[in-house]
Amino acid sequence: MPINKIVASFDQAVADIEDGAVIMVGGFGTVVSIPSLLLEAIYRKGVKNLTTVSNTSGFGADVWRMQEAPFPEDMDILVRNERIKKAIVSAPVSALYVNNFEKLLRAGKIEIEMVPQGTLAERVRAAKAGLGGVYVPVGIGTVIEEGKEKKVIDGREYLLELPIKADFALIHARKGDRWGNLVYRGTSRTFNPTMAGAARVTIAEVDEIVELGELDPETIVTPGVYVDRVVARPKIAPAEEAEITDARAIESRRRYEAEIEDSIKAAKERGLRHD
Amino acid sequence: MTDNLQGKQRLDRQIIALRVAKEFQDGEVVNLGAGIPMLASNFIPAGREVVFHAENGVLGFGEVTLPGEGDLDLVNAGGQTVHAQPGMCFFGHDESFAIIRGGHLDTSVMGAYQVSEKGDLANYMIPEREVGTIGGAMDLAFGAKKLIIAMNHTTKEGEPRIVKKCSYLITAPKCVDLIVTDIAVIEVTDRGLVLKEVAPGWTSEEVQSLTEPTLIVDPDCHDIELM
Repeated sequence: MPINKIVASFDQAVADIEDGAVIMVGGFGTVVSIPSLLLEAIYRKGVKNLTTVSNTSGFGADVWRMQEAPFPEDMDILVRNERIKKAIVSAPVSALYVNNFEKLLRAGKIEIEMVPQGTLAERVRAAKAGLGGVYVPVGIGTVIEEGKEKKVIDGREYLLELPIKADFALIHARKGDRWGNLVYRGTSRTFNPTMAGAARVTIAEVDEIVELGELDPETIVTPGVYVDRVVARPKIAPAEEAEITDARAIESRRRYEAEIEDSIKAAKERGLRHD
Repeated sequence: MTDNLQGKQRLDRQIIALRVAKEFQDGEVVNLGAGIPMLASNFIPAGREVVFHAENGVLGFGEVTLPGEGDLDLVNAGGQTVHAQPGMCFFGHDESFAIIRGGHLDTSVMGAYQVSEKGDLANYMIPEREVGTIGGAMDLAFGAKKLIIAMNHTTKEGEPRIVKKCSYLITAPKCVDLIVTDIAVIEVTDRGLVLKEVAPGWTSEEVQSLTEPTLIVDPDCHDIELM
């Protein structure tokens, strides 16, 4: 019987995610890199008390609507609806403005385990690779070392960092086939291939499903063996003309635009830029 | 004395970034943090080829694009769209941090809230909010061969950010090599902090009065040169 990991809908893809599950969420934090529609489906399903493993804790859909991203929901959809009990995360808050995660953190409504980004990647990879842990030099002499076994190897101190295992890994890829082979696009690769295979069930949200054999075997990034389900985004983004109301998003965009324009002007004045 | 210095002209963010960029050597692999450091990607000195690395899995990207003109799948670690460039490549997160942690980066530039005279760095707890975001800062501080800090010399209230001992939680101990501020360029050495350059119109005594540890004034200390 042909292998077929393709599932028909996002709701079907997350149907067995239950309250209290540990879920990894791929991507960097920019909405185009994350499994946005799987997060929406989890929200719709109504599960709560989740433990999440992710790089950021979301910025809110308006930040991404301002960039005209077709699917604007990020981790914030689970944060603001208080579906998360504990977050294992590298970059939970923003220096630019107070996100909803920070509000819940201050209110004591969410637990956090903050992990240096590279250590997060390695702990996830350790789970995927069947390792009992990894010795990492990062964090020595900081709060990260508290309660961890130390070992000196070749004169340098390391911390034992344990694997992070999950029930589900939700990732986003550019293209996938029915075996679960995946390719990514640009800087939207990030944590997606790292998390593929690090959970009991890996679900890939793809922009496009292609026929088996269409992906060049030399350039497949995630071997299908790591992937259990593949679900495709709708071809055309839903026509969304939502009004952008988040003042934080508007202000941070305004500052960003002003600073970049200043910078390009300054560089041109000095003959350092030619576009 | 400090009060008299409050109104004195300091370098703006673009000029600090311009001074930072002067440190990029031909052929170096450089990671730029959010804020002032990212601006330095627009100011590579003429004639030098520099390869930029970003935590989100890219080496060899180009300048930041005008807002709204870029590809959302091609961004730096601050989420700003950048130009594609010949030679550029992408990779996953474990690989990206193998590059950082494994000592394959020449230079990392970050912002900071405090730097100590020993070169300890504090830049992840947001002081007035008592929350923080580690992100890639610890990996970069431990991994880069050379760490440059770009920041304002004092807090908004005029308190020194260069201190004897960091009062905020530290990102990494003894990791900073060079501090570029809005009034000075200071090198962290085994002897202590060496004042190398001052902003135009500033004296070494004035910089010292806004710095907690005692500075060693380099015999060759001069005005900041940008090009």
